[in-house]
Amino acid sequence: MEFKKPTSLLDVPTHYCPGCGHGIVQRLVGEVIDELGIREKTIGTAPVGCAVLLYDYFDCDIIECSHGRSPAVATGIKRVLPDRVVFTYQGDGDLAAIGTAETIHVANRGENITIIFVNNAIYGMTGGQMAPTTITGQRTTTTQEGRGQNQEGPPLKVCELLASLDGVTYLERVAVSTPKDIMRAKKAVKKAFQNQIDEKGFSLVEVLSMCPTDWKVSSTAAVDFVNNEMKEVFPLGVFKDEK
Amino acid sequence: MSATTAPGHTETGKKLLLKGNELMVRAAIEAGCRFFAGYPITPQNEVPEYMSQLMPKVGGTFVQAESEIAAINMIFGASAAGARCMTSSSSPGISLKQEGISYIASAELPCVIANVQRGGPGLGNIRASQADYFQAVKGGGHGDYRLIVLAPASLDELQDLTMNAFDYADYYRNPVMILADGLLGQMAEPVDARPYEPILELPEKDFVLDGCKGREARVIKTLFLRPPKALVTHNMRLQKKYETIASELQLCENVQTDDAELVIAAYGMTARIAKGAVDMARQAGMKVGLIRPITLWPFPGPAFMEVAGTAKKLLVVEMSSGQFIEDVKLATECNIPVEFLGMGGGWYPTPENIFEKISAIYDK
Amino acid sequence: MANIKFDKERCKGCCLCVAECPRGNIRMSEILNKTGSIYAEVIDEGDCNGCALCCQMCPDMAIEIEEDEKQTCCEKGSEK
Ligand SMILES: Cc1ncc(C[n+]2csc(CCOP(=O)(O)OP(=O)(O)O)c2C)c(N)n1
Ligand code: SF4
Ligand code: SF4
Ligand code: SF4
Repeated sequence: MEFKKPTSLLDVPTHYCPGCGHGIVQRLVGEVIDELGIREKTIGTAPVGCAVLLYDYFDCDIIECSHGRSPAVATGIKRVLPDRVVFTYQGDGDLAAIGTAETIHVANRGENITIIFVNNAIYGMTGGQMAPTTITGQRTTTTQEGRGQNQEGPPLKVCELLASLDGVTYLERVAVSTPKDIMRAKKAVKKAFQNQIDEKGFSLVEVLSMCPTDWKVSSTAAVDFVNNEMKEVFPLGVFKDEK
Repeated sequence: MSATTAPGHTETGKKLLLKGNELMVRAAIEAGCRFFAGYPITPQNEVPEYMSQLMPKVGGTFVQAESEIAAINMIFGASAAGARCMTSSSSPGISLKQEGISYIASAELPCVIANVQRGGPGLGNIRASQADYFQAVKGGGHGDYRLIVLAPASLDELQDLTMNAFDYADYYRNPVMILADGLLGQMAEPVDARPYEPILELPEKDFVLDGCKGREARVIKTLFLRPPKALVTHNMRLQKKYETIASELQLCENVQTDDAELVIAAYGMTARIAKGAVDMARQAGMKVGLIRPITLWPFPGPAFMEVAGTAKKLLVVEMSSGQFIEDVKLATECNIPVEFLGMGGGWYPTPENIFEKISAIYDK
Repeated sequence: MANIKFDKERCKGCCLCVAECPRGNIRMSEILNKTGSIYAEVIDEGDCNGCALCCQMCPDMAIEIEEDEKQTCCEKGSEK
């Protein structure tokens, strides 16, 4: 068995905190781009969030978008260049709070793009405020007593929400909290890109991911939080797979 | 309605009778615009409607976006991908676009944005207005940036400026705003179809994100964290570009200003109305002229200074409560008195209103 | 035996690999790397089975396994 850094990622260290799931998700995307041989025709979008510096790590064309608007930007690119591969990489605040409208409509239009949605149940970049996907009872800097005490509503479940839209082709929720989950996540990411190449339409992979820093726990405890708490609220699996 | 037969292939000399909004669409497509995203709002609805009709005929893309925010961000993407692209809206919708416009300006992506202004603030009304002047010329969005702002005063000029807007945008790699209003958007007058010819030698688009085949990967971004002065450097470069634009692109029309004692300053449709008042005043024996900026940014300051050197008084007329007048005073350094006729809320003057004002202040 | 390499300068000391090694063959260093972090290292290279679970889990791509020319399928199989 061989295990190497993907060549579509630049050989540089990342700015992510120790134990942060972004590094894993990013690697999986890089591996898929390598395996599909699409680096030279891929255009990615960087979100506003901890992954904003995506372009420092990916060796492909990248555009940095305003908070939540990556799906709209991706729509613009894909419609102009339909034979290129366009992906967005977004956090939960980006995709499921400020960018909710863009998310729902890009999905419903069935834009032939791939969305990698990193759900870490918190606003990482701004220092740990409540995200739309923060789970009930979870303490954040804006839900000090735990979500649910101040009419925040329950966590938003993006895959379940989008599954009702006819325009959507493929939805799967995966995690990067165990090696087995990671290998499954890779398959999902690959499928989401392959769908686009095959012109099958809109694909989104939601990735449950660790944010030890803003959860204020150790890296190993963060993995446990994904495995024990998040997977309960956000069940893994395929939510839609239109043939 | 006499729609154009084959967009992109205009026979010269052909007469068009279209609403301003439709003419703008036609001119944009003629100039090679191949991507449009917008959201309905009166009084610019004919723009997305006509775009949706014409774009498919030329192999372009029309997207009815979920909001003005989405629309401007689609433009961000389409421009990054290399297309000539455009969005349009009216005042409240333009407010929503401001964040995106700031990003596009910082990323130095070319695009055309039309604002067919209506009355504000708030939901306002759907009558013509010029109350978005500050928003258009002073920034609107966050940060130090500039839009090239064009203010057509007739349909003929709307056609020209729409086409030119795409050239300015590509040439300077800067967003260009067509600052129209509900009157111009809704009126129809016969116009000679103009075939598109670039008015500038356009640079190669070496910023386009189309996949890095055979070249280094490219990045379009507006975040400048490192080194600490990276953003200062970026801003200085932007400012330098704005200086260049300001020195190269100042358009202004003078009407009978040579011997005028009183010069009206007005732009867009207000200037068109004011022309009628100038004629009335001249017939009444008053030496009145008109100065009309066509580029609102860059503001044609020297032309105003010149007028301030010969006239005794200026009269600013605007369909807003005193925005444009600030630039007039700045440009003339208050060397001569500046009178004012204007109001917000979708009010617009008649030639008679203006003539009345002229009569009241001419000899004072 | 697999040709496993830990890049101690890439390592951020999250310890996630340690828990994943089925052989308990990874430990954290006593000393710090250039970024001021403890780092993971393999205890006994000869005892690594090349399962790459540590590589999968590592958020920082600090662990690589080189293809070992000598390793055959039969050998791989016998490791199970
Ligand atoms: C319009 C706007 N609002 C707010 C912000 C501040 N902001 C930056 S990142 C962020 C949240 C990011 O959280 P998420 O999308 O979950 O990504 P993560 O950092 O957790 O990966 C916010 C609110 C911004 N940059 N722009
Ligand atoms: S704050 Fe959280 S999401 Fe952001 S880099 Fe650190 S661990 Fe990752
Ligand atoms: S490859 Fe497997 S056996 Fe070897 S160090 Fe990593 S986890 Fe342990
Ligand atoms: S998982 Fe990677 S970064 Fe974390 S301790 Fe192990 S080698 Fe270091």
